[in-house]
Amino acid sequence: MLKTSSVEIEYSGGTLTCRLLGEVDHHNAPHLREEIDQEILAQRPEKVALYLGDIDFMDSAGLGLILGRYTKAQNIGAKLVLIEPTEQVEKIIRLAGTHKFIEVIKSTKEKAK
Amino acid sequence: MKKTTINEFAMVLAAKSENESFARQTVSAFVAQLDPTVPELADIRTAVSEAVTNSIIHGYRGMTGNNTVYITAKLFSDRSLSIKIRDKGCGIEDIERCRQPLYTTDPGGERGGMGFAIMESFCDRIRVHSTPGKGTTVTLHKKFS
Repeated sequence: MLKTSSVEIEYSGGTLTCRLLGEVDHHNAPHLREEIDQEILAQRPEKVALYLGDIDFMDSAGLGLILGRYTKAQNIGAKLVLIEPTEQVEKIIRLAGTHKFIEVIKSTKEKAK
Repeated sequence: MKKTTINEFAMVLAAKSENESFARQTVSAFVAQLDPTVPELADIRTAVSEAVTNSIIHGYRGMTGNNTVYITAKLFSDRSLSIKIRDKGCGIEDIERCRQPLYTTDPGGERGGMGFAIMESFCDRIRVHSTPGKGTTVTLHKKFS
């Protein structure tokens, strides 16, 4: 099956960082969430960070992926944060009101605070 | 001045998730001739993706056979776009309810229930015409700067 997206996952210091690359749509979301969920369960991190700065395209399927990972993280007592969303991704996050309950870190500078 | 059609295209796609990317990229390439801004192009790409995905996963839910999505688009002399995404699927019983943000027929499917809200927000106006048992047509309108 053609995949136009991937996820790079790194675990360090209690944080599971998942860098989403490419197109996050209904076609690609299932394999991305499967890979992320496997690592969430394997590592049981304190924090799950979804890096959204390398996404070429995202629609409501990506929003579903974010909300689903929020629930997964909560289930194991972890916190979910969204890092550096692209302009288009941020538009969707704000439209859905997701930023009201999931922290959005706009730059790595902000992250260092 | 009267609005005239300056270009148009039609395409027929198998209702497969692999074609979601193809559909939005084709529309994006078609609209590019109006030289839209990058955010405008991203908006229409996202709205088209939502409409096509809805046809595939909701319109044709549980239906086997040669399920097809029909897309027609027109560019007008006033720099506007009209695009129709049509399926011959199950149709929508209650369009108003489907258009409510966060409404989903598939709560376990990790869909945000934001498809119509995104189409409405990213286009100037949308029209939904549906007949249960016959199918749904979503028409997106957007004017470019």
